[in-house]
Amino acid sequence: MDVNGLRIADRKHIGLAEMLKGGVIMDVTNAEQAKIAEDAGAASVMALERVPADIRKEGGVARMAAVKKIKEIQQVATIPVMAKARIGHFVEAQILEALGVDFIDESEVLTPADEHFHIDKFAFRVPFVCGCRDLGEALRRIGEGAAMIRTKGEAGSGNIVEAVRHMRAVVSGIRRLTTLGPEELMAEAKTLGAPYELVRWVAKAGKLPVPNFSAGGIATPADAALMMQLGAEAVFVGSGIFKSSDPAKRAKAIVQATTHFKDPDVLARVSEELGEPMVGLETSKLAEKELLQTRGW
Amino acid sequence: MTENEVRIGVLALQGDFALHAKALVRCGAEAVEVRKPAELATCDGLVIPGGESTTLLKLMDEWGFVPAIEKFHAEGKPIFGTCAGLIVLAREVENPRQFSLGLIDVTVERNAYGRQRESFEASGAARLDGPPAPLEMVFIRAPRIRRVGPGVEPLAEHRGEPVLARQGTVLVATFHPELTEDTAVHRYFCDLVRRAQAAA
Repeated sequence: MDVNGLRIADRKHIGLAEMLKGGVIMDVTNAEQAKIAEDAGAASVMALERVPADIRKEGGVARMAAVKKIKEIQQVATIPVMAKARIGHFVEAQILEALGVDFIDESEVLTPADEHFHIDKFAFRVPFVCGCRDLGEALRRIGEGAAMIRTKGEAGSGNIVEAVRHMRAVVSGIRRLTTLGPEELMAEAKTLGAPYELVRWVAKAGKLPVPNFSAGGIATPADAALMMQLGAEAVFVGSGIFKSSDPAKRAKAIVQATTHFKDPDVLARVSEELGEPMVGLETSKLAEKELLQTRGW
Repeated sequence: MTENEVRIGVLALQGDFALHAKALVRCGAEAVEVRKPAELATCDGLVIPGGESTTLLKLMDEWGFVPAIEKFHAEGKPIFGTCAGLIVLAREVENPRQFSLGLIDVTVERNAYGRQRESFEASGAARLDGPPAPLEMVFIRAPRIRRVGPGVEPLAEHRGEPVLARQGTVLVATFHPELTEDTAVHRYFCDLVRRAQAAA
């Protein structure tokens, strides 16, 4: 597709993101977890080597999931299978494309492979989702060809505060653009570090040209509904499910909460008897170098 | 009758329901998001959108949508399903075999072209009310209609296979008219709803 003459992702790829709206995309590390996720009503699963909470705890270099694991997950899942590649690691992305992964997440959760450049997403026949912390970052990724944006939050923290911060930044950034006059948009594009054509499009439409989902810190049904009420169109749940005491039950409750996000009676009902959530982290106490959200340029 | 008199529900459990609602409004209908079966009572027609059929079925089951939609259909109210919506409405589903409502006599194979890498766009022609009109089609991890029962009328084809079909008040598409600017298929469905409402 194009906006104001600038190429963005193909309509069929943005379309797949549209099909995932109102759904939950769950992080899984093996076929057994993928089955639990699908049975709970996940709209898609994300294959990765370790969930973010373990990456945070164990340290080391976090890479694309093992090919064998991805294939096992593809075998059991009837829903789309996503997988993560390191920022800038276009060869991991080539491998994921060859495997027929349905969506590639160029993710800050993995250790970046390039400190300056993201992947040229137009070079692939499969769509990409990328993280952002604000509107400028979202528009840079869309300009590179991302078919879906997710706000980053702080993966593996079980703390919703960063996800809220990033969603609010994107939503208020969009709202601000709609109040500017045409003569103000070029300077605004410069401030945002974003393509002028996209800035003009968003100023007029009042939304991003691709779906905007939320990730990083969702641990409860209430967290999922909070992000939906703040403007997310679907949610990613990473460590929140498989680091809790009863993953199947919690996964199902988060799916219900995402669909019925405006209905407090439903939210109260699904929040009952969930077992223990994952243990959360106070993100304001994390050192700058421990943050995953600052990866990406 | 003014155009605004039809009220069409869009099943909003999961999927691209908002795009369907937008297309319906552009056709002069009132569109309402449906998340609980009781909300069907005030609707004259229903759209089951694209999304993930596995997910949709689970969410439908949880809220007792299966008997509610069967009743809606028995009352003569039109239903339009795209992609996952078609899978939910079909008589039989393959790859894998799964439960479906059986409101249109077709057999559907899920993800029949392959994964997202194999998703594609094509142009064709639709035989709606009038001469064949050009049709833009976006296929996303799309199903294929493998068998069409005697009461089913194919309305458009891609490579000789039906991709848009109708049986009585049930309309189905394997592609996504709601992703394009062309509202011809939604207009056709709105007309079905208006006729059914006038006949009731």
